[in-house]
Amino acid sequence: MTAYTHPVGARLPRLETREKITGRAEYTDDLTRPGMLYGAIVQSPHAHARIKNYDIGKALDLPGVIGIVTGNDTGLGRSGPFIKDETAIAKGKVRYIGEPVAAVAAVDLDTARRAAQLVDVEYEELPAVFTPDEALNPGAPRLHEEIATYVNVLGLPARDNIVQECEIAQGDVDKAWSQCDVIVEDTYETQAQYHAYMEPCSALVEVDANGKLTVWSSNQSIFRDQANLSESLGLPMSKIRCLSPRVGGAFGGKIEVTVQPIAALLALKTGRPVRVTLTREQDMETMRVRHPARIHMKTGAKKDGTLVAREVSIVMDIGAYADDSPGVVGVSTAFSRGPYRIPHARCRGLGVYTNKLRSGAFRGFGGPQAAWAGEQQIDELAAKLGMDPIDFRLKNAPEPGREWMCGIELERSDLKECLIKVRAASDWDRRRNERGKPGFRRAIGIACIPHISGVLSSSAIVRILEDGSAVLSTGAVDNGQGSDTVLVQIAAESLGLPVERITFSQPDTDASPYNWGTSASRVTYMVGRAVVGAADDAVKKLIKYASQMMECAEVDLELRPGGFIGLKGVPEKVLPFAAISGFAHWAAGGPVIGSHALHYDGPVLDPTKAVIKHFPFRFGVWTFGVQAVEIEIDEATGRITPLEVWAAHDLGRAINPMAVEGQIEGGVVQGLGYALFEEMVWDGGKVANPSFMDYKIPGTMDTPTAIHSILIENPDGTGPFGAKGIGEPPIVGPAPAIANAFFHATGVRLHRLPMTPERVLAALKEGVRAH
Amino acid sequence: MSDAIPISLTINGERRQAFVQPWHTLLHVLRDVLHLTGTKRGCNQGICGACSVMVDGEVVRGCLTIAANCEDCAVTTIEGLARGTALSPVQQAFLEVGAVQCGYCMPGMIVAATALLKRTPKPSEDQIREGLSGNLCRCSGYVKVIRAVQRASEWSDA
Repeated sequence: MTAYTHPVGARLPRLETREKITGRAEYTDDLTRPGMLYGAIVQSPHAHARIKNYDIGKALDLPGVIGIVTGNDTGLGRSGPFIKDETAIAKGKVRYIGEPVAAVAAVDLDTARRAAQLVDVEYEELPAVFTPDEALNPGAPRLHEEIATYVNVLGLPARDNIVQECEIAQGDVDKAWSQCDVIVEDTYETQAQYHAYMEPCSALVEVDANGKLTVWSSNQSIFRDQANLSESLGLPMSKIRCLSPRVGGAFGGKIEVTVQPIAALLALKTGRPVRVTLTREQDMETMRVRHPARIHMKTGAKKDGTLVAREVSIVMDIGAYADDSPGVVGVSTAFSRGPYRIPHARCRGLGVYTNKLRSGAFRGFGGPQAAWAGEQQIDELAAKLGMDPIDFRLKNAPEPGREWMCGIELERSDLKECLIKVRAASDWDRRRNERGKPGFRRAIGIACIPHISGVLSSSAIVRILEDGSAVLSTGAVDNGQGSDTVLVQIAAESLGLPVERITFSQPDTDASPYNWGTSASRVTYMVGRAVVGAADDAVKKLIKYASQMMECAEVDLELRPGGFIGLKGVPEKVLPFAAISGFAHWAAGGPVIGSHALHYDGPVLDPTKAVIKHFPFRFGVWTFGVQAVEIEIDEATGRITPLEVWAAHDLGRAINPMAVEGQIEGGVVQGLGYALFEEMVWDGGKVANPSFMDYKIPGTMDTPTAIHSILIENPDGTGPFGAKGIGEPPIVGPAPAIANAFFHATGVRLHRLPMTPERVLAALKEGVRAH
Repeated sequence: MSDAIPISLTINGERRQAFVQPWHTLLHVLRDVLHLTGTKRGCNQGICGACSVMVDGEVVRGCLTIAANCEDCAVTTIEGLARGTALSPVQQAFLEVGAVQCGYCMPGMIVAATALLKRTPKPSEDQIREGLSGNLCRCSGYVKVIRAVQRASEWSDA
């Protein structure tokens, strides 16, 4: 018997790598079906208008056009994760420029696009609002007059143009300010960031002879797609089968439906398969962005560096539809408290409709906005007190045995360990004293990150095949981050099988067990737990059948590496999985199928320990990260160049260290783009830069290769082999760490993202004037 | 479609024919006419590089190359790099280093890296950055992508 190599902890390339590097991987737009039609959308030219009439005659007359759908082809069914406010396609009204208002299916794409231009929609323009301030004005035009009638899943405050108004508070903030020796207070602003997944949103829908839909799409959750389609189309879930081909990146932008409802309407109308793939411009005009936010924050500390109080008010521009905004506003509000012990805190969040593209889930889910303000204030307090920023953070980090926030106590201070490791790895104390060469100031800055990875529900099924190999089904969609591989590693370790003897079943709502979504850094932790449970269940059954075959008690049997059940203490008494599974299939018991399902069951923010109003998640399994970034500032041009990044992340256990590094490196670079140049810009209600030409994401010339991943592995007692999530935290650190480095070098604070050369030069000028 | 232009070109060593409209791009012909879907459409504006292919040995953007101008050209796409099931050195290096995440940019990235190493067999890190500056990736942060090209360059026959 060859030695068994443990799958957990192995640096494995993604299992599907070969297909991705040879061009054989199939993404949605690569798929065709016999008789397939091509879809094209018609977009609203108005930010807010009533739809009076559709004239589709000219478009229908174009040879090759098979069908056209408008708001008349959909009912009043509305979908959405929190407040169900979106129809399958605009109906009655349009609420942002670019909103799909009709769609054409034709025999080829050229014809579909030409026909889309011939669809004539008559509108009655309505006054529009483009900022939360405008939307909150008394008498402001309302985007959703019928909001009170919408399904509001959690009973969140939804009125006028408001979809979320939440609060998390503890202690007595108003009185606490008098205990503070030093207080900082300021307003911070963040921009809209576009997900820029490389694969534009795409869906292919086919309707069978019994009216059942099959939906292939680029997505983060086949089950969210199924639920959303069921709600907006008014079809039972059993009539909707969602599948996932390979997904070309998502980052939160594909967690709810994208173009599936439109492709479905076209397929239902024409009776033929229809594929709708957005152009990059359409994707940027009609999908989602990270919430622009305005954050007012005040934080106070004692002379000895003890944090005392924080007050926060976050206002987020959610765009025209609620989507995940009630969640994002809530999480941003919770995270704005920071990963510190602050006895007195009052954090409030407000989410407001505007006549713009919807804001939605995006890696970090409100965390980047909160950290942009919070981590700068922490740094500023340290500076005012003459303390080193790492010492100041160490002093206020959560400690075991003491409440951190809202009743949460942590087993260890992983944040402290992250801080200590980053200080050592970055040679912080030396670099902190560097100044750079004339004209090019150099400095290092730091930021801390809190995050979670336990939330909502997941399940898994492990089937042992006749030859003793196994199939893993979880319904979890791999967006490229590597979850298929990581989940197979977890299953392999649990079963004692090599990775090669397990296959991952592609997500299919007809066949896979439920998984809420590839989101919230939760797949490794939540789905991983389901996989361990399912594998253990399968092993229990293997032991049961082995006991019948070996005529011994189940308690005397054990799982042995390599796919064996053996008699304890007797090495030669052993049965391979193949023999047991064969017995079960052909003699007695039936096929070996293990399953497990769970909902997040750990500690959550405790409503008896704090005021928690309208916080929409029961979540936990906290993870912490610390990132330091060294930058160079060109004083002549205002350009900030990131030189080196140290990223320490507490993740329990790295199931696959290579994949973890990939998450950290990729997240950091997205965070550098957010920090330095990415910004979706509107001209009135129109997205002014809907292309990669005008919306720049980081390329090879913009980022350092010196991104040092520091993996803090203190196994979590509840996680699969101790693992927690790592998907989101890495994007959060770069912006505040760079702003803090910039302050250290220049004495000037930057309050608005991104930190473009123009803003840097203006701030330097202003800063010089102020001194 | 009237007035279609017949073209004949060699793709991955195989002679292929197609009828194209004057505005059709090489990317359209590869993906939508010949169903060689390995080459990706990321922006269709010549920015992201997901559609990078080699035409007569030079890397071009499939989305900016007019198909009708490709008469008699030799086109190499991602599907043409491996020899049967044997990966090319660049592919092998991307695999080993773990540079591949969602994979959508990879066909263009690997074609661009292959062309880079043909031009400059032992590139410096800066030359790799320069050579891949036209290929966007949103997942990897480029660290392992650059490492993969370095590894491939260490193998003499890359």
